[in-house]
Amino acid sequence: MSVLVFAELEEGQVKKSSLEAVSYSLALGGEVSVIAFGTMDDSAIAELGKAGATKVLKVTDAKLAENNIMAYSSAVAEAMEKEGADFLVLAKSSLGDPISARVAIKVGAALGSNVVDLPDTSSGFKVKSSIYTGKAYAVSELKGDKKILVLKKNAAEIKEDGGAPAVEEFTPATKDEDFKAKVTSTDKATGDVLLPEADIVVSGGRGLKGPENWGMIEELAKELGAATGCSKPVSDMDWRPHHEHVGQTGIKVSPSLYIAVGISGAIQHLAGVNSSKYILVINKDPEAPFFKAADYGVVGDAFDVVPKLTEAIKAQRS
Amino acid sequence: MKILVCITHVPDTTSRIAFTDGNTKFDKNGIQFIIGPYDDYALARAVELKEQHGGSITAINVGEAETEPTIRKALAIGADEAIRVNAHPEDAIFVAKQIASVAKGGDYDLILMGRESIDFNGGQVHGMVGEILGIPSISPVMKLDIEGNTAKVTREIEGGKEYLEIEMPFIAGCQEPIAEWKIPNMRGIMSARTKPLNVIDPTGDNPMNVVEVFEMPPAKSGVKLVEPDNLEELVKLLKTEAKVI
Ligand SMILES: Cc1cc2nc3c(=O)[nH]c(=O)nc-3n(C[C@H](O)[C@H](O)[C@H](O)COP(=O)(O)OP(=O)(O)OC[C@H]3O[C@@H](n4cnc5c(N)ncnc54)[C@H](O)[C@@H]3O)c2cc1C
Ligand SMILES: Nc1ncnc2c1ncn2[C@@H]1O[C@H](COP(=O)(O)O)[C@@H](O)[C@H]1O
Repeated sequence: MSVLVFAELEEGQVKKSSLEAVSYSLALGGEVSVIAFGTMDDSAIAELGKAGATKVLKVTDAKLAENNIMAYSSAVAEAMEKEGADFLVLAKSSLGDPISARVAIKVGAALGSNVVDLPDTSSGFKVKSSIYTGKAYAVSELKGDKKILVLKKNAAEIKEDGGAPAVEEFTPATKDEDFKAKVTSTDKATGDVLLPEADIVVSGGRGLKGPENWGMIEELAKELGAATGCSKPVSDMDWRPHHEHVGQTGIKVSPSLYIAVGISGAIQHLAGVNSSKYILVINKDPEAPFFKAADYGVVGDAFDVVPKLTEAIKAQRS
Repeated sequence: MKILVCITHVPDTTSRIAFTDGNTKFDKNGIQFIIGPYDDYALARAVELKEQHGGSITAINVGEAETEPTIRKALAIGADEAIRVNAHPEDAIFVAKQIASVAKGGDYDLILMGRESIDFNGGQVHGMVGEILGIPSISPVMKLDIEGNTAKVTREIEGGKEYLEIEMPFIAGCQEPIAEWKIPNMRGIMSARTKPLNVIDPTGDNPMNVVEVFEMPPAKSGVKLVEPDNLEELVKLLKTEAKVI
């Protein structure tokens, strides 16, 4: 059995969610090849190997330097064919979703999305997916010889005991029709921990009163190596950028720890965070609905609790 | 400009989800169904584009008869006609094949969808329809403006935005703030009753992802409260009990 993983790079490094996809594929059993677009640091190749890849197909063709979903999809389908891969595994993301969809049609594969665990193969091939925006799961049978699995964060733990992979330059056959949509520019925060990738998320809500009060959220996040998030009204009022908005109509996160500060816990907000491993809620209202979904809670004023918590974490480190 | 808008019929975002029949069926008891919130953005943008550029809007849903009130709502908001493909939307591939089959005969300049359905959250039907039709699909789209035959599109990516230029026809999966949701007015509701809603049979394609059983997430065991003046205790719990910091 052979598995192809579509891996995403971020400033030369492999995204954590893609390393999870590699280790997931290793656990599926079989040879794991990886396809990645763009320039890749040597350390990134080593990391892919440790996570379980035996082969890395590097695509450095200048024509494919910008995100190009149609061309990437054609290349991934071509690589599946070339590697004789029956499986494609990738992380859910703004690239992973459309590429998986297009490749599914190209190669005639069954597709499982929002997959949270390894499949049950005792009879057929059954995957567990998160549905209703994290409110439930579905166990479904994937039919057909070829399968595509789109993983939610934390579907597998990243392994670290693999060896060095074989590296191969891969130049896909590009087609003119695949260049109909042109990325003219991108506007991207650099250096920050990306919200969907983050292991810890510190989120603020309307309880913080205004954008000028986000300093303490950022400090706590920095101390924890966390990403920052927010509730919908906060991004609607432009206190924070839209790509930080968490919930039913925003980013769905599944970090190990989600810290909610001054967020009431409306069902639409909970929908985006309820697959977090642990939830810590800081809210001055003991009746805030968020406490019902929380593992840990502090009833208190955020302006008092958050700086003190940052200090307590610092103190415990030293 | 001819626009096709794809709408889902889904439980309201405040719904508590439950299952019946040994966790094999969705429990519709007490559930209010709505147009998917992202599909609502797609429809609202379609109405604005029609105001600017003229043309017509066709709404399509793949679903059984129960979805008709939701389709009528799309007609009340501003679609000119609607199509219901009479089938249970079992998986994304099946749905995509139905929509693509309608789109093939329709000569649409633009196909607008939601960024994702809020039942299965796949975010995949747009890519699949795009691949079947051989046209680009862009999602999630925050801004979409059309001049002549060319569109300028803003797509959200992790940590930022991507700006694209693209010729019609193409598919966009919409999200906020592409347009303001539109609430049907009285005239819209009245005229929706007489607008055409054509029911057609599905293609013979089979789904490839078939749900066997649903599960609920394990219940939380209850919150551990820590006093605001004892945060050292909280740090200890996070470190030694949860092991997350
Ligand atoms: C279709 C639809 C989709 C939606 N999608 C989303 C979504 O994706 N994400 C989302 O977040 N929302 C979403 N919402 C909105 C949601 O219903 C809530 O309105 C929203 O989450 C509330 O945001 P909030 O908790 O920040 O604000 P509020 O509800 O105003 O809560 C503020 C909280 O801060 C607390 N507080 C105040 N002062 C302090 C203080 N000094 N210290 C500590 N705590 C304090 C208060 O006790 C309160 O609990 C959606 C709504 C709809 C209708
Ligand atoms: N049954 C359906 N009928 C019509 N359109 C649909 C259906 N299912 C999904 N779509 C469209 O495809 C988009 C993405 O859905 P999904 O891939 O399921 O997340 C939705 O927002 C709708 O616009």
